[in-house]
Amino acid sequence: MATLSTHSATVAHVEEHDHHEPQSFWRTYIFSEDHKTIAKQYLITGILWSIIGISLSVMFRLQLGFPNMKLEFLRPILGGWINEAGKLDQDFYLALVTMHGTIMVFFVLTAGLSGTFSNFLIPLQVGARDMASGFLNMLSYWFFFLAGAIMFVSLFIETGPAAGGWVIYPPLSALPQAHKGSELGMTLWLVSMALFIVSQLLGGINYITTVINLRTRGMSFSKLPLTIWAFFLTAVLGLISFPVLLSAALLLIFDRSFGTSFYLSEIYIKGEALPNVGGSPILFQHLFWFLGHPEVYIVLLPALGMTSEIIATNARKPIFGYRAMIASMMGIAFLAFIVWAHHMFVTGMNPFLGSVFMFLTLIIAVPSAVKAFNYITTLWRGNIRFTPAMLFSIGLVSFFISGGLTGIILGNSALDIQLHDTYFVVAHFHLVMGAASAFGLLAGVYHWFPKMFGRMMNEKLGYIHFWLTFIGIYLVFFPMHYIGIAGFPRRYYAFTSYDFTKNIFADMNSFISLAAIFSFAAQWIFIYNFVHSMFRGKKAPQNPWKSNTLEWTAPIEPGHGNWPGEIPAVYRWPYDYSKPGAKDDFIPQNVPYSQTPESNLPHENELISLEKEIEAQNLNDQFKQPH
Amino acid sequence: MSELVNNISIIEEPEETLSMNPRKFILWLFIVSIVMLFAAMTSAYLVRRAEGNWLEYEIPVVFSYSSVVLLISSLTMHWAYTSAKKDNFSSLKTAITITFALGIVFLYMQFQGWVELVKLKVFFVGNPAGSFMYIFTGLHAFHLISGLTVLVFALVASFRLRIHAKSLNQIEIAATYWHFLDILWLYLFFFLVYFH
Ligand code: HEM
Ligand SMILES: [Cu+2]
Repeated sequence: MATLSTHSATVAHVEEHDHHEPQSFWRTYIFSEDHKTIAKQYLITGILWSIIGISLSVMFRLQLGFPNMKLEFLRPILGGWINEAGKLDQDFYLALVTMHGTIMVFFVLTAGLSGTFSNFLIPLQVGARDMASGFLNMLSYWFFFLAGAIMFVSLFIETGPAAGGWVIYPPLSALPQAHKGSELGMTLWLVSMALFIVSQLLGGINYITTVINLRTRGMSFSKLPLTIWAFFLTAVLGLISFPVLLSAALLLIFDRSFGTSFYLSEIYIKGEALPNVGGSPILFQHLFWFLGHPEVYIVLLPALGMTSEIIATNARKPIFGYRAMIASMMGIAFLAFIVWAHHMFVTGMNPFLGSVFMFLTLIIAVPSAVKAFNYITTLWRGNIRFTPAMLFSIGLVSFFISGGLTGIILGNSALDIQLHDTYFVVAHFHLVMGAASAFGLLAGVYHWFPKMFGRMMNEKLGYIHFWLTFIGIYLVFFPMHYIGIAGFPRRYYAFTSYDFTKNIFADMNSFISLAAIFSFAAQWIFIYNFVHSMFRGKKAPQNPWKSNTLEWTAPIEPGHGNWPGEIPAVYRWPYDYSKPGAKDDFIPQNVPYSQTPESNLPHENELISLEKEIEAQNLNDQFKQPH
Repeated sequence: MSELVNNISIIEEPEETLSMNPRKFILWLFIVSIVMLFAAMTSAYLVRRAEGNWLEYEIPVVFSYSSVVLLISSLTMHWAYTSAKKDNFSSLKTAITITFALGIVFLYMQFQGWVELVKLKVFFVGNPAGSFMYIFTGLHAFHLISGLTVLVFALVASFRLRIHAKSLNQIEIAATYWHFLDILWLYLFFFLVYFH
């Protein structure tokens, strides 16, 4: 079996440097320790999960939009969950919502996004042969796979999957007798998530170590691409917050399976008193949201990082406010840990404490706004090339702003009393987290597809995909604000029997459902484009977007170890686009100042004397190749 | 201004990027995640305790003795490390074996602590005050077992003479983790004594 590297026939001298002996099919494609293969595994698993996750949402949207519709045609898939009357089972509705949330937040936008791009880009952009530990990296993927397999199985068990919402609040989730979805499904959910957390910790530890220890010569922190900064901070957030979720889940497991009372106090169920005493369900919420809020940034930050890169490259301009971008990401990462209680304003919290959390929450708007303005000022008077990746990045900025604005409304504890647990919240987080991060993921795929698979994706299909998705998402989520303000609670099976919802917004709900089906349909254009281009796409040139970062200096299809021969050294930051005086409108990071006298600024000319020193540095080569 | 920029760049430019052995670095990050796990547990404890309805009981005295045992094992671990540094193989082997044995003794004493707790009618199932006690000791014991596993590898390596002054990484990793587990237990112990 050939190694991956032998595919890159374009680079003649790959073999002579590649001292790793050819490996079996299993080691190359399945239990691979190569970061590029692992990234592709994450990507493809993520795409499969997103198809499942979005399909679930289409099912419950059918119920919400057309409460009288006969759903018999779903019986081949859902079986007994469609009752005799041809209606969706009410318990299963809750399971659908729960699984949709869990899958999209954790499996698609956490694992699928960070897993793919942190793995793929960190070694290639910092100039490393691979991750610090290929073995732990492989373990990380397989823990994720196992977590996914267990969650998948839980979809098919008799009592159905977990149904307490993606936040699995006790006591509902702690008492198997409380609801069908709190039985075996909940147990499997907890087991799956525990494995998932292990996977994320293994991955994150690797990302942090690689960024800190394996940068190539000259790649100081102030020369790191913003993508890497974002992945790095994301990993730090995960490292600090996922163990807390693990604690929360552990205590819940003990409550469920061993009869402890961490989250349960005096409680009656079905007329019967339970023995539990002295627990506190609010405790769970504190622990959960201590992860939960950072988690939303774990989902968003990588997307923002990739957007910075893509927008600068395609606006042919240096990113505006490089240091401000780093500072605001750090600010967001720090603040993310001290605002969790804004999800708990209505839990009977002391109003004074509520106002403290409100104040801290609203401060997040400042670094967020800095980032939004920096994207816009980078675009301003740029020489913009509207590639599909660029369109998706601009779309992300749009969603980030329109969803962020409603965050400021929700952050006010007084307003939140009315809006909490309504569709307004659903609209808020789908725009700012769901849509924005999904657009980051799609932008990343369009942009780095040539590096991943050595081929180009079809641009025309990309444009069609973008416009249909962009419009579709606004059509789905914008109307939800109105429904939310009107007081429609989220996670309700139907609105047909309450006085305050009976006769209003039915048509708008149908409209939303149609828009959701439309947006879902549009995604198949992407899937087709992705699969087709993988095999039939145009061959990629060396540097298709004329970009500065290091990955484009590696062979078109990098082999094991990424660069044949020495890893390039780095002399400049990654955003030298359209530099006055320069021959081209981009100067890659590995071009020394001594080669660009025509465009150097005065202080850069003085850096020329340091180039020798950089070259003489430790090669920092994990594979320890001879110099 | 440009002079300022210049100076900054000169300071940061020629720094070597490789600062630490990646394995040791990974260990430290792993330690961070364990710290967060226990930080979450102990804050949950405090939050829950502040709500009242809290069972008061005496912490069995075995736990004080076990703390001393673990502390001593940390000292012998350090002895093993310094012996390795001096290529003193016989004392390296002795020290690392003693450390391992003390680890086992510690685990046994923790188990005795549980037996004592049961005698005091503090059960895992019941008031969270008791449940937390079992969770803290149990989770720590679980991590200590992982520490013993790391130690076994170092033990075997030292008997095969693969640990010496020029190859200290393995023993350094085992020692760092062991000391961490020691400190973690002392933290938990004093936390429990202070807030029980
Ligand atoms: C200006 C910045 C932001 C502010 C002030 C803000 C504020 C809030 C508040 C107060 C809530 C709770 C609403 C409720 O349940 O009653 C909320 C919910 C939420 N936010 Fe934000 N947010 C901001 C940005 C973000 C970002 C950037 C993301 C994700 C990337 C995000 C994701 C979420 C999610 C997922 C929820 C709902 C969780 C759930 O209950 O299921 N938010 N936000
Ligand atoms: Cu939040």
